[in-house]
This record gives sequence, structure tokens and C-alpha cells, in this order.
Amino acid sequence: MAKKSGRSSNRAAPSSSSNFGGSWSPSEIELARRQARQARNKKSALIAALSSFLVLGTLGLVLVTSPGWETLRNTFFKWAYGFEILPKILLGFTTNATLTVIAGTSVALIGLGIALLRTSRSPALTPFRILATVYVDVFRGIPMLLVILLVGFGIPALQIKGLTNNVLVLGTLAVIITYSAYVSEVIRSGILTVHPSQRAAARSLGLSNFQTLRHVVLPQAIKRVTPPLLNDLVALIKDTGLVSILGVTDAVRAAQIQTAKTFNYTPYVMAAIIFLLVTIPLTRWTDRMLRNSYERENAVGQA
Amino acid sequence: MSQAVLQLEKVRKSFGSEVVLEDISFKVLEHKATVFIGASGSGKSTLLRCINLLDQIDDGQILLDGQDISAANVNPDEVREKLGMVFQSFNLFPHMTVLENVILAPTKVQKVVKEKAIDEALELLNKFGLREKADQYPDRLSGGQQQRVAIIRSLARHPRLLLLDEITSALDPVLVNEVLSTVRDLKSEGMTMVLATHEMGFAKQVADELCYLDKGRILEWGSPKKLLESPKKSETKEFLRRLLQAGRL
Repeated sequence: MAKKSGRSSNRAAPSSSSNFGGSWSPSEIELARRQARQARNKKSALIAALSSFLVLGTLGLVLVTSPGWETLRNTFFKWAYGFEILPKILLGFTTNATLTVIAGTSVALIGLGIALLRTSRSPALTPFRILATVYVDVFRGIPMLLVILLVGFGIPALQIKGLTNNVLVLGTLAVIITYSAYVSEVIRSGILTVHPSQRAAARSLGLSNFQTLRHVVLPQAIKRVTPPLLNDLVALIKDTGLVSILGVTDAVRAAQIQTAKTFNYTPYVMAAIIFLLVTIPLTRWTDRMLRNSYERENAVGQA
Repeated sequence: MSQAVLQLEKVRKSFGSEVVLEDISFKVLEHKATVFIGASGSGKSTLLRCINLLDQIDDGQILLDGQDISAANVNPDEVREKLGMVFQSFNLFPHMTVLENVILAPTKVQKVVKEKAIDEALELLNKFGLREKADQYPDRLSGGQQQRVAIIRSLARHPRLLLLDEITSALDPVLVNEVLSTVRDLKSEGMTMVLATHEMGFAKQVADELCYLDKGRILEWGSPKKLLESPKKSETKEFLRRLLQAGRL
């Protein structure tokens, strides 16, 4: 039952029950059916190829024959120049990468903490639950650019001794504050999708509230919200670039500096490609991970 | 006479203004099984959930081995360690294999060494014919197998009392039998149990005492033979007549 058994037909060659699961060769009906399916598949593939060729070909043709194509190619896709300035953009990208790792880890921990706080029912935590709700409401509703500006320029303005004036640190803090609000909501919705009967079963086995969360609720919740969490991670990688308004040189800023020097926009394209080289494999890898775990735990392969 | 494993005294439970259980009193002696029958909504499941402290009672007392587990200062986790509960909808943990489901409570709650917990779990699985399913995930199992795993999961903690809540209601007739025979085995080994069920034939076989629950009250009780063959109250007669009509008796 669990194994993939191909497409078998219950009207295939009549077999005696003693021969069950033994030698079998497809009947006339099944062979005809396979042939029909094959023909249909071939036709579908042909149509797909033809329409792709037509649509993409037309688009390409329009692009290449447009009067400004030459200029566009020289200003946006001047590869030799692109590779020349690549190291500078890559250096800028290390800022994005570092920021993503630090902010991502912090956001995961803080977001999880807030989600747990908001889903708990302990009366002792009531004031914290209220604070958490206010926090999420506020920082989910303010554009991140504003948060970055407020934190980046506001905190130094306080002139409190011992507080950092480092814009990179302040920028990261602003990103963490904003994203923790988003991510806590995603995790909270995941926790709420785990059926109460799972909790009841765990508690009836004697597991404490914390053990129930740790071993039963969270593993199921996190798995369900992995795609939206990944969505937020990809957005985070890109949004780390926003700290450049505080004067930090990230990949986007580095590209901008180059562009300002030569009025050639290829650096922007290079920066875009670097972002894609990280985000696309990340998405594919997560998809595969999820599919594997789905196939392992569910009887009916793909839904 | 031995002391009752479980004793309820005038237990009452309501949800808001709706009274679900009223004046419930009964005893379960060691190695005995008390079976509750009654229409859906009569309070059977709530009764079992109250015994397990999943729901809080409004009045009365629940004693487990003489200890008042309905007292305010009782730690529910400690009480539940002595109770096994099996649900209508199995409630296995889908992200864990059968073996992981069974050893979760022994290793995390009772702090049994993992190797020992695995040995015991495999022994139990073997005993109930599920040894080869140990490394499978619950979704790959039939409903009957899943429910038997749920029973084994609750047994792995060596409970003092087993609570079975309509454990066959979600199964087709063929699978019902494999689950019921598991319960019969447990009964013959001396497990003390409280059950809620719609399977009258099974109730007759397993029950030492049968209670008919109607609108939250125990209306009639006694030996299965007495209750099923010569019921006294008109409500009980009506319930049994409807079951007979539905071919369930």
C-alpha cells in the first residue's frame, strides 16, 4: 500500500486469487488505455513547446528589435564592466549576509518567544501578553524604513552614555524589531493550527505544558509554517539592504556608488543576480526538505 | 474487599449554563471494568475527561486509590502519570514514528533510560502484533492499527487505570474487532478500566458493571446481563430499543 505500485487497473488480465500478485501482463484494454494516454501526453508536450516558443520568441524579438536595445544593452548588461566591479559588490554583500545571519537568528528566537507568550494562557504572564500584543500591532504597522530611521537617528539623539552610535548595529536592531513582529505572527498561526486533541493526548500522557509544546505542538507548527517563514527569510535578505540609508555600505549601496561614477547601470543588475543566486537555491532546498518530510509521514504521496 | 481504584462521589460538571454531568457516583474495583453506555451527548466523554483532569469538575470528589485527585492542590501531571487514556480519534503524534510515539512519555515524563524504554516498547508492540510497524509513521497505518498503537502508547507508562473513550467509533466493523480483542486481552490480564462505548456486544463481554448514562445522570446500573436483558427504566428500554432497530445490539 505504501509503495508506489504504478497505475494498475482492476480490470486487467483476469487472475485467479491463487495467482494474486504473481505474474501479470497487461490486458488489451489496459494497453489501449496506455497508448491513448501516451498520445495525449505527447500532444500536451507539443502544445506547451509551441506556445512557449511563440510567446517567449515574440517577447525576445520585440526586445531585441526595439530602437533603444543597443543602448539598453550597453548601460545595463555590460558584462565586462560588471565583472570588473563584482568584487566591490560582493564585499558589500557580505554586509547583507552577516546582517541576515545575525538578524535571522535573533528574529527566530524573539519571534518564537512572542508567539509562545501570546498563545500561553498562564495568568502570571498576562502583562507580558498585553505588551507583546501591543508590540506586534505597532511594529507590524510601521514601514520598516521609518523604524530604521527612528532607531538609527533617534537612539543616538538620546545621548545616553554607553549606548552605541554604530549605525550598523542600530540598523540591525531596527530590522530585528520589525521582523520579530512579522515572524511571531506566522509562528503563532502555526501553533493555532495544531488541533487541541494533540495537546489533550500529550497532557493525558503526563507531559507537562512545556514538554507538550516542545515535543508535540512546536514540531508540527513549525513544519506547517516553514514556507511562509522562508518567505520572510528571503524578504529579510533583501530588506537588510535598507540599512544603507544610515550610511552602511551593502551590496545595493556598493552598486549605487559604482553607478554614480560611470552612469552605467550594470552594477545594479550584478547586485540583483547575487541576491537571486542566494534566494532561489534557498527556496528550492526548503521545498525539497518539506516534500521529503511530507512523503515520509503521509501515506498518500503528493497531495 | 479491596479498596476501589477509582471512586466518584456526587460529581457535577457544567459548561456555562449547560449541565453535562450531575450526581455521578460510582466505584471501580481493581481488575474490574466499568462500561458507560448512552446516546451521544449524554456526557460519557466529558466524564472520562473529568477523571483525567482534562476538564475541571464543578462539584463532588474524584478519588484515585483513595487520594482525592479533585483537590485544589493536586498536580494534574502527577495524577495523569497513573492514568492511561485512549481517544476516539487516536490522536497519535503524526510527526513521530510508532516507536517514538510509544516511548515519548516513558522517556520524557518517567525518565526511563531510552534503551530500556525502546526494549519495553518493542516488547509491547510485539505482543500486540505491531512489531514490524515500529518505524512507520502513523498515517501509513490502518485505523485499527493506529488505535492499537494509541492503546500501547498509554500502556507503556504502566497505568493504574485505563480510560477508553469510544475507541472504536471511528473504525469500520472489521477493524473494530482487532481493537476490541486487544482490549479483551488487557481485561483478562487484570487491567482496571473505565470505558465509554457504543458496542453493546463488546460491553456485555468486558463489563463487570454497566452504567446507562442519560442527560448527564447515571440512570441505571448493574451487571450487563441485568441491564441489557431486563432494564427497569423506560429511558433505558427506549435506548436499547433504538439500538436494536439500528442493528447494534
